[in-house]
Amino acid sequence: MSQQPVVFTRRSFLEGLNLSVGGLALGLVPTVSAEAAVPGVKSAPELRPNVFVHVAADGLVTIVCHRSEMGQGIRSSMPVVIADELGADMARVKVVQAVGDAVYGDQNTDGSSSIRGVFQELRRTGATARTMLVAAAAKRWKVKPAQCEAREHAVYLRDGQRSLGFGELVADAVKLPVPKAEAVQLRPLTELRRVGTELPLLDGPAYVTGKAVFGADVKLPGMLIAVVARPPVVGGRVVRFDATRALAVPGVKQVLELPAPHRPYLFQGWGGVAVLAENTWAAMRGRQALDIIWENGPNESYDSEKYRLALLESVRAPGKPARSVGDVDKALASAARVVEAEYYAPHLSHAPMEPPVALARVAGGVCEVWAPTQHPQAARTEAAKMAGLAEDKVTVNVTLLGGGFGRKSKADFVAEAVFLAKTAGVPVRVQWTREDDIRHDYYHSASAQKLSAGLDAQGKPTAWLHRTAFPAIRSTFSEDVTGPVARDLNQGVLDLALDIPNVRAEMGEALAKVRIGWLRSVNNIFHGYAVGSFMDELAHARGVDPRDNLLEVIGPARKVSVAELGVTTLPNYGAPVEAHPVDAGRLRRVIERVTEMSGWSERAKNGRTLGLAAHRSFLSYVGVVVSMTKDAVGKARVDEAWVVVDAGLVVNPDRVRAQMEGSIIFGMSLAMYGSITMKEGATEQSNFRDYRLVRIAEAPKAIHVDIVRSEEAPGGVGEPGVPPVAPAIVNALFALTGVRVRELPIIRTVPV
Amino acid sequence: MSIRVRVNGVEQELDVDPEMPLLWALRDVLGLTGTKYGCGQALCGACSVHLDGQVVRACVTPIRRADGREVTTIEGLSPDGGHPLQRAWVELGVPQCGFCQSGQLMCAAALLAKKPQPTDADIDQSLAGNLCRCGTYTRIRAAVKKAAGVPDSK
Ligand code: FES
Ligand code: FES
Repeated sequence: MSQQPVVFTRRSFLEGLNLSVGGLALGLVPTVSAEAAVPGVKSAPELRPNVFVHVAADGLVTIVCHRSEMGQGIRSSMPVVIADELGADMARVKVVQAVGDAVYGDQNTDGSSSIRGVFQELRRTGATARTMLVAAAAKRWKVKPAQCEAREHAVYLRDGQRSLGFGELVADAVKLPVPKAEAVQLRPLTELRRVGTELPLLDGPAYVTGKAVFGADVKLPGMLIAVVARPPVVGGRVVRFDATRALAVPGVKQVLELPAPHRPYLFQGWGGVAVLAENTWAAMRGRQALDIIWENGPNESYDSEKYRLALLESVRAPGKPARSVGDVDKALASAARVVEAEYYAPHLSHAPMEPPVALARVAGGVCEVWAPTQHPQAARTEAAKMAGLAEDKVTVNVTLLGGGFGRKSKADFVAEAVFLAKTAGVPVRVQWTREDDIRHDYYHSASAQKLSAGLDAQGKPTAWLHRTAFPAIRSTFSEDVTGPVARDLNQGVLDLALDIPNVRAEMGEALAKVRIGWLRSVNNIFHGYAVGSFMDELAHARGVDPRDNLLEVIGPARKVSVAELGVTTLPNYGAPVEAHPVDAGRLRRVIERVTEMSGWSERAKNGRTLGLAAHRSFLSYVGVVVSMTKDAVGKARVDEAWVVVDAGLVVNPDRVRAQMEGSIIFGMSLAMYGSITMKEGATEQSNFRDYRLVRIAEAPKAIHVDIVRSEEAPGGVGEPGVPPVAPAIVNALFALTGVRVRELPIIRTVPV
Repeated sequence: MSIRVRVNGVEQELDVDPEMPLLWALRDVLGLTGTKYGCGQALCGACSVHLDGQVVRACVTPIRRADGREVTTIEGLSPDGGHPLQRAWVELGVPQCGFCQSGQLMCAAALLAKKPQPTDADIDQSLAGNLCRCGTYTRIRAAVKKAAGVPDSK
């Protein structure tokens, strides 16, 4: 495709910010009426059949991206779906970022849901505009709409004799009623010209020139920058503080105390004391000069090492059943052999490269926020609460996100900015330092699991028991949570296809002592790690090749029914099981392909040590093989990686590949180095010195990605690549060293 | 104290605390926001700029050290985004969230200036201080080689 990505890049983004930049202020008010004039720009009519697609009289098509861009490439993907349905030329499409508003439906950019959740609805928004433009042309030519087709930014009469550009049709189209959803026909998939092809990266030029606008890059006149001293322990509070020395730092203007949060923590800030200054450096120095006496509160007793032992205790005893078929106890008691293993994975921090940051202005009865938020509507709700205003008086502008991984779904940093802006009476940008980010995160759950399998005399598995215990995310939102419920096991426990007659999954108690939040692929991280490792352990115990064992335990290609899984319902990431069944065939296929691609069968001959794992999550299936070697100083390293992903229908293959590559690196970081620990309730790590991430020299020499071509309903992409990575590494490490790592991160046991 | 520094070819006179890190002088005082804050401790490379052609981490470089010298930031790497590295970055779709990429590019540019035909090992060494949480490392290697005209065997 020869189209120039630069045509629709940065200018559009700034417009999307609703900022007055160089006199350009396109207020994209999300109203639903077919006709609306753009205020102060021109009086020509504009076709606005819905809040997502607008066609101007000059032919310019504006498409609203309602999901946040955080590196997954949604701004390069979603508008293309709408444009293809419409028949628009991307060179004449402008992409505008939506503000937080319920009119767009769900905007929470998590759960790998942006494409999978709304693919059909998005298509309908474009198809609606197309239907109206086609109807206008048909009327003009006095023919039936069926005799016309929309493509290349125009409507053509099928005889090929006549055509009218979209812009030329707007004046007529706005006079037509907006058709009902049922009356709008979607194109056959084959007519979506660009979907599934190599698409340009919309914001690429802005990223490489430093012009991309992230959270900390928006500036308002009179703005102050705040850096906050937060209590070292969540739930702690300020007893008293002395701001004298802080206020003496040149550039420091104000020192303000933030409200202490009450349980449950929800999206409240941590409380603490904020130093507001003319620049970030002065605010940081001012914070250093604060004298604060803290009271740590009840979470002071939290010691993550003791907690680890308690979690392991919890899975050694029977828990509450979440999935059950057959009689596991009997099968285990009569087994010729029982294979057992316990696994532990620690808390993790999201550590997006851009730490949390938000800018707020509260003045004249309105509140405006600029923030890199994954969840603009939650941010709007929190901002309204803090500002004491109705939500319709609050505008949340979404900047680009310098990574999110779930951290920026939480609105706590927005709440801080709004509170400070309101109290200080000037616009305030709250800037989190990296230390703040690592110490005051919504942490990924620590977890313990125990897996047991019974084998008969021939070595065939007859029983499978999976126990898991971890503090649940719901504990951040509700007071009465004592551990996971069945729903939390949806991720990698309930939806695991097993060709074993007796299966049970149980969950143990685990009280949360820190704020727990969702991190890229969430509970799938530890469930994928334990299941993927245990499959390999089982293979070795049985003396069967790990690939053959995995395929055998998953069983034949089939859609696994809820009854076979042994559950009454499957949460299934909010999707109906009929449209997105647990498909053992798709899981098998990614295993077969990834082992073929990586030369699995010839690995001994080629002198390679490979590890394999596969996992279903967010309705997609991913198989991973990694090759491990030892470097000159005896450290194990991931030398090469192969990924096969079946995400159903794929809109933007290059971004899917990029997400898989990124998942390998993300999974390597958490498998090899990632660990957050707490002593006396406070996080012990603070920056990349002690919260280590994979660096370029540790990256594999190549990551090969293969996408299964499919017309199945789209699955998730941003998260499903992560879960199989840690077990594939651990399995390869076993092949390399003979050491089985049952506690993450690996570096605790083996030099990596 | 006032500090004179040439930033992207433009003479600037700054009246700031001489201990203020170059990063904050660039971002907060001069409004050059392409240079990013990621750690403040020389651990992530997001703030990498050139000081007289050498890579420095702006977050730990006091502005006084730039006095009388020449600073180049991502905004000054090329007039129009046409540096071979920038072009290769876009063509190969390197950026994911993009936040680390200005730092990656500044380090890669310094490498190519010194060593126009780098090996993978050279790249790994020169970019060792640049974290990318999104995990774009393999594409970074490919793009540096593409910009340098070095064939990529993978
Ligand atoms: S911000 Fe300077 S190295 Fe991280
Ligand atoms: S592209 Fe996101 S941190 Fe590198």
